[in-house]
Amino acid sequence: MSVHVRVQAEPLDLGSLLAFVQAPSLGGVAVFLGTVRDHHAGRAVVRLEYEAYPEMAEAELRKIAEEARARFGVARVAVVHRTGRLQIGEASVAVVVASEHRREALEACRFVIDTLKRVAPIWKREVYADGAAWVEGEA
Amino acid sequence: MQVEVLYFASLRERVGTGQEILDVDPSLDVNGLWELLVRRHPALSEVVPRPLAACDREYASWDRRLSGVREVAFLPPVSGG
Repeated sequence: MSVHVRVQAEPLDLGSLLAFVQAPSLGGVAVFLGTVRDHHAGRAVVRLEYEAYPEMAEAELRKIAEEARARFGVARVAVVHRTGRLQIGEASVAVVVASEHRREALEACRFVIDTLKRVAPIWKREVYADGAAWVEGEA
Repeated sequence: MQVEVLYFASLRERVGTGQEILDVDPSLDVNGLWELLVRRHPALSEVVPRPLAACDREYASWDRRLSGVREVAFLPPVSGG
């Protein structure tokens, strides 16, 4: 198995994703973690709430991961996105890519997170001290 | 035929539910379904531009016919990551 994708309410376990992608023949592992920032557009953010269309989101993540393997020749790709309430500093998304060499691992990692943000049916709602709002479109 | 309609995020809040089941003519396309839904839920008329649509968990164009489709989802611009 070379691709692992999941949309989940539970916290991300980076260790298990690293264990999934690593292999003796693969010398480069690239990791992107998206974490909850305490501000957006000059406004203090208290926490985020993520909603997904889980079945379709997992299908889209799988397509993106497979496309990354085909385009960049990387061996293994893991992509996991969280749903529900997340506190400041928590990881909302992890992309972990392993390849023989660093360059394609880094390029594929960037491709996966950039494409995910454009197409995966997942939405964030920002909660402020005095209200909340859905973010619509790539932030 | 019956079709399950799903709404997410801000659209779900506008409609007041995330899911409903409708009886529709199989010759209807996604655009026709949206027009029917706007009449049913007037709050949807304020959604500009129109949302993205998915049929059976794949992005679909607005002229996609519903014949054979079981699930249609309307999706606001995505903001994951």
